[in-house]
Amino acid sequence: MRTAFIKELFELAKQDERIVLVVGDLGFGVVTPFMEQLPRQFLNAGVAEQNMTGMAAGMALCGKIALTYSIANFPTLRCLEQVRNDVCYHNANVKVVSVGGGFTYGAMGATHHALEDLAVMRALPGLVVLAPGDPVEARAATRAIIAYRGPCYLRLGKAGEPVVHHSPIDFELGKAIQIREGKDATLISTGGILQNVVRAAERLIKEGIETRVLSMHTLKPLDEVAVLAAARETGAIFTIEEHSVIGGLGSAVAEVLAESDGTKLPFKRIGVPSGFSPHIGSQEYMQDCHGLTDAGIARSVASVLRTVTSS
Amino acid sequence: MTNEKQTNLSELAKRIRQHCIRMTGKANASHIGGALSAADLLAGVYGRALRYDPQRPDWPDRDRFIMSKGHACSALYAVLAECGYFPAERLETFYQNGSPLAGHVMHKNVPGVELSTGSLGHGLPVATGMAIAAKRDGRPSRFFCLISDGECDEGSVWEAGLFAPHHKLDNLIVIVDYNKIQSLGAVKDVIDLDPLPDKWRAFGWAVRELDGHDLPAIEAAVTQLPFEVGRPSCIVAHTVKGKGVSFMENKLLWHYRAPLGDDMAKALAELEQAK
Repeated sequence: MRTAFIKELFELAKQDERIVLVVGDLGFGVVTPFMEQLPRQFLNAGVAEQNMTGMAAGMALCGKIALTYSIANFPTLRCLEQVRNDVCYHNANVKVVSVGGGFTYGAMGATHHALEDLAVMRALPGLVVLAPGDPVEARAATRAIIAYRGPCYLRLGKAGEPVVHHSPIDFELGKAIQIREGKDATLISTGGILQNVVRAAERLIKEGIETRVLSMHTLKPLDEVAVLAAARETGAIFTIEEHSVIGGLGSAVAEVLAESDGTKLPFKRIGVPSGFSPHIGSQEYMQDCHGLTDAGIARSVASVLRTVTSS
Repeated sequence: MTNEKQTNLSELAKRIRQHCIRMTGKANASHIGGALSAADLLAGVYGRALRYDPQRPDWPDRDRFIMSKGHACSALYAVLAECGYFPAERLETFYQNGSPLAGHVMHKNVPGVELSTGSLGHGLPVATGMAIAAKRDGRPSRFFCLISDGECDEGSVWEAGLFAPHHKLDNLIVIVDYNKIQSLGAVKDVIDLDPLPDKWRAFGWAVRELDGHDLPAIEAAVTQLPFEVGRPSCIVAHTVKGKGVSFMENKLLWHYRAPLGDDMAKALAELEQAK
């Protein structure tokens, strides 16, 4: 996703000199072509995220489309008030981009586990929040946030995630993409966990459970229509995210369901319990520890649906 | 550009102070001390340096003034009204229900305000971003940022302080309203900043130290910018908290207390009599 993002941004920036990429001294090897070929549209703020974000707001207030770029929690939590006051309050045309969502940097330790960013960013007024599911979505999301005039948060994974979408997608901010149809339940996914979710759906077929899969690449504004249609048409909802179960996709979907008329249905948030992981490991290892592999997701879904059927 | 009319700076500073007293008194609001310490600096910048047009607040090539010490907003609102951005009567709504004139600088529905502030340490990074954007676009604008001394405790100030000289942003000017008193005590007792000019100098800024109530000195400084080509400029302005009202000067209490009743009358009378 990281590669898809930077390639797309590079192409867009060549055609629009208002685009400025402001990095927090990170992106070795990734941002190099951009830096070398578009030096007037590149800025390294150094290891100083508050200044990076404040400057991006200032540049945007002078007509630029400014992107801040760093990893994990650095462009979000470290400079949260700058994102809130300087960017969001001024409706500055700034795009906050974080690579390393979830357990991408699982082995780096809990400081580098980005598990609350979606919750925190979602709470900020006026901020569009995106977590694309694969490189195809990441590319489309990059185009969409540049075309959109206003503050955005783009949560990416790492380089080299598999492509989930093998045919062209219809990407629209705030509109979920349906990846497969099913009548027994809906799996709603956000971010790079998408491939595991699709594979979980395939596993579930073998158990006789047919699930609809939605990629909720935009967390805010949430596609409430798609959520309610899924509730109505499939009767059970599961949210899957490589993020805390507090405040992210699961919470956003639960809010919609809880406020809708007469929706009482099996619902489960599959994600990471709020807490600091006592151990570290690769992204796959950390996913396994938290039931976020395709097998783990399928197990959770089947278990809830079995309980419902037997009760 | 109003400043070409050669406004009488001492008159302008006096009117700013009078507005501030009336606004904070009527509103029973805090922060008069830091507004009065900044009044002469605002008069100098708006009266002599800033290129602006109140009829076109969004003129792309205007100079920008960012009031990073947002709690001293009454002084900014006052100077904006005096410069013609909005009628002075609107100042009477300061801090009142439904007013856009909040107790910290707010940009929404207040023409002339470039940036909402209130949490300290935000203004200089934003001004720095504006300055580098203008440099890269070859625009002539300059970016003035007024910060407080207590604000210099914020790390973000020094993040921008490091960045701006590295990028040779000589279109950026920081003015420190060094009134020596912050929220809970004297600056030297809370977190001593001295030697403050040396700190900015060491970071690579072209620094000038002056008496922040000496209007000719302020005028001389703001009309000689940048102090050095290729470096951002820093004015360390030694000021007095509560300047202009004898019983407020150098008193921590007036960071908080509002000039009510007799206090307001006495303050206004003192300001009227001052030459």
